[in-house]
Amino acid sequence: MATAPSTAAAAGLPWGPRALIRRARSADEIARLVTLFFALVVVLIAVLLVYQLWTNSAQARHSFGLSFFWNTTWDPVAGQFGALTFVYGTLVTSALGLLIAVPIGLGAAIFLAELAPRRLSDNLTFLIDLLAAVPSVIYGLLGVFILVPLMRTEIQPALKRILGFTPLFQGPAYGIGLLTAGLVLAVMIVPFIISVSREVLLAVPGDQREAALALGATRWEATWRAVVPYARTGIMGSIFLALARALGETMAVTMVIGNNPRISASLFSPGYSIAAVLANEFSEATGNLYLSALVELGLVLFLLTFVLNGLARLLIVLTTGRGTAERT
Amino acid sequence: MSLLWRKSVNIVMLSLTGLCALVAVSVLFFILGYLVYHGGRDVNWDFFTKLPKPVGETGGGMANAIVGSGKLLFLAALFGIPVGLLGGVYLAEFGGHAVPFVVRYTADLLNGVPSIVIGIFAYALVVMPVHHFSTLAGGFALGVMMIPIVLRSTEEFLHAVPRSMREGAMALGASKWRTISSVVLPAASRGIMTAALLALARVAGETAPLLFTAFGNRFWSPGWNQPIASLPVMIYTYAVGPYEDWHQQAWAAGLVLLGLVLVTNIVVRTLLSRGASPQRS
Amino acid sequence: MAQTSAKHAYNRPESSENSVVGSMETVLKPPTPSGSQTVLESPLRMQIRNVDFYYGKLHALHSISLQVTANRVTALIGPSGCGKSTLIRTFNRMHETVRGTRIVGEILLDGEDIFAQDVTSLRRRIGMVFQRPNPFPKSIFENVAYGLRINGLPAASHGHLSDAVEHSLRRAALWDEVKDQLHKSAYALSGGQQQRLCIARALAVDPEVLLLDEPCSALDPVNTAKIEELLFHLKQNCTLVIVTHNMQQAARVSDTTAFLLNGELIEFRPTPQLFTTPSDPRTEAYITGRFG
Repeated sequence: MATAPSTAAAAGLPWGPRALIRRARSADEIARLVTLFFALVVVLIAVLLVYQLWTNSAQARHSFGLSFFWNTTWDPVAGQFGALTFVYGTLVTSALGLLIAVPIGLGAAIFLAELAPRRLSDNLTFLIDLLAAVPSVIYGLLGVFILVPLMRTEIQPALKRILGFTPLFQGPAYGIGLLTAGLVLAVMIVPFIISVSREVLLAVPGDQREAALALGATRWEATWRAVVPYARTGIMGSIFLALARALGETMAVTMVIGNNPRISASLFSPGYSIAAVLANEFSEATGNLYLSALVELGLVLFLLTFVLNGLARLLIVLTTGRGTAERT
Repeated sequence: MSLLWRKSVNIVMLSLTGLCALVAVSVLFFILGYLVYHGGRDVNWDFFTKLPKPVGETGGGMANAIVGSGKLLFLAALFGIPVGLLGGVYLAEFGGHAVPFVVRYTADLLNGVPSIVIGIFAYALVVMPVHHFSTLAGGFALGVMMIPIVLRSTEEFLHAVPRSMREGAMALGASKWRTISSVVLPAASRGIMTAALLALARVAGETAPLLFTAFGNRFWSPGWNQPIASLPVMIYTYAVGPYEDWHQQAWAAGLVLLGLVLVTNIVVRTLLSRGASPQRS
Repeated sequence: MAQTSAKHAYNRPESSENSVVGSMETVLKPPTPSGSQTVLESPLRMQIRNVDFYYGKLHALHSISLQVTANRVTALIGPSGCGKSTLIRTFNRMHETVRGTRIVGEILLDGEDIFAQDVTSLRRRIGMVFQRPNPFPKSIFENVAYGLRINGLPAASHGHLSDAVEHSLRRAALWDEVKDQLHKSAYALSGGQQQRLCIARALAVDPEVLLLDEPCSALDPVNTAKIEELLFHLKQNCTLVIVTHNMQQAARVSDTTAFLLNGELIEFRPTPQLFTTPSDPRTEAYITGRFG
């Protein structure tokens, strides 16, 4: 028992051989090395990804150089590839998406963070998180069969009547096109803006609002002039995040954008985005230059989202003090 | 500005925010509603058991796509979960400063990469060397997408295990690995499993990375080395196709896919939030 | 329970037949007649010599020297932040689980340097009970069996495990309350029961020394009294070191008391003497409640 001579116990004899101790120590080491290996696999994959994008786009990069970015020709037959139409389509649809999604998303986030009672806010947020889980192709499905006809028969004609004097809303109303794609994107990125902005707003210390109210501000004024400005870096972060998602969004966009590589001032016109052309043409690309040009497009997309995501995370960390921007 | 004006602005703006929230949430119900309405009647026994009919003929089902998605998810889990889990264990339990920072940074980076670019990566790595599409390539692409989610969640849930529990085990003479495997990991296991399920649900709906890795198949795909059909890709192909019958099937498939994804999300998220913290008194 | 009258100088609670003690008496052997031994004549289980401790640059303990006598209760008292928890955690090298800590000096267990041994086998010999009960999310049985299983102790072979678990639960005065629910989750127990479970868990590996870091601070007075009764019986087979911020508790349960202040050992004497005739004015100020 406990009063047994301690030397015996120290020698390890009654409790299993010294080998047990040795085994325990080396088990720790093995565990550390094995888990380290897997952690490094993650890094390896990321490095490989960048490497593959870089090397597989080499041919196109060397053939076209910087002119790749302002060339509008996309002619696989003649071997002429330029990214401008896709960059244009990507930027326009994403900008549209943001334009529509940010006010709605921010408004909803304000409601959920500041006004709604806790239970209601939690339940609604739960539903919005579910929205974020809806696969892109489902949005595409609804886009193609519900939204496109609606645009063609009701919305676009209406816009044409009211705003047809601007070049933005001219041209035939196909239903598909940049505007429709922008709308679908807006619907898809709203949940992200809401959930991140809500968290950012909740992280604002309560005394900010109280100080404003104590000065005689209305509820709205306290929120809009005290709480939201305090959280504005984080909200910017959520916008960048949403933008990054919009830029990379593939399926829903390709199903409604029209897949036509042209640049036009009108939002009614069909267009093409980087992700959409990759989705449509990658599996059928013949010839190394063609494939290489597509990979270069992929590289461009990667770099765009990389920069945006990095900025977004930085901004969000600054506000909430937490490291993760994405929610699982 | 007069007080009356400010008060009116107040009410208007506050109502508007409520309206925004309502609009956002109602989208979910619109989606569900349309899917049920258009796809409901075509979700039948044939859908689950028959192969697609030759192009142009009506009828048939999506049995191969359902099985295909299953196989792809299996591969994704096989690849993504161990890497994410064990990497997360390293970050939470062993790591110092430099390595965990780099790993977390790259995990976040991977998480933000558009899924179509992941598809290009998988294509370059798995398809190009052998010159054909395969289930392996698709599973790899999906697995890569799962890794960051599982990794960060594992780290988070392991961190959440209270220090006192670890100290209790160490004070009894447990070595570090013993403490982790017999106390910490079991305590965090529920959270980690739910995160893995959520990651699976997320990649189950992914289409883009499969377009040129698993590609598609109108028949069964034996083994792991051939192109394989999957539910999301079928939905896409049928939706943009010219046949009305295909459109019907796309709706039905959309309903099934969304149903699976939503049910998993709802169940898992409720379990996560309902899972009361262990210290009951 | 034979005791010298000196130790009865403070308000030790009379143990009634109905208390927790009643169930223990049937199992434990009566104490060996140690009544005539004073504290100084029992062997030393642990010796702490000139220990300095640092949290990074913060010098938390200044040249602490004291002795832990076998089969006695040694109490560490002092105001919050005086270093008593820091000190007790060095005894089983738990401070090594925190980065940036540094220790200078000697700590001997039965004459051997604890820093020269393998830490996991040291921690089997020196057990610890924590401030808040921290049972594992396992069954009551598995909690107690845990230490036995991981240390590969002979009792862990199939037949002996349940005996060993029962023995520990009896030593911790918990057996009667849980014997029919051994496979229920430990979290189904009350706070006081969980703490006694943690004591049983620590006892299962038969430690020579048991360290208790404010074991009753999270408990109500009834459970506190039960655990104090327990300590009294445990010291017959074990050496106890207890950290407490409750002076009356120290006076009740301990044989020797060390008073710490700002990381320094101010006074270390037999409990009756320290509480009736403290030699340092600071001790007197603390025990009369002028600060702390």
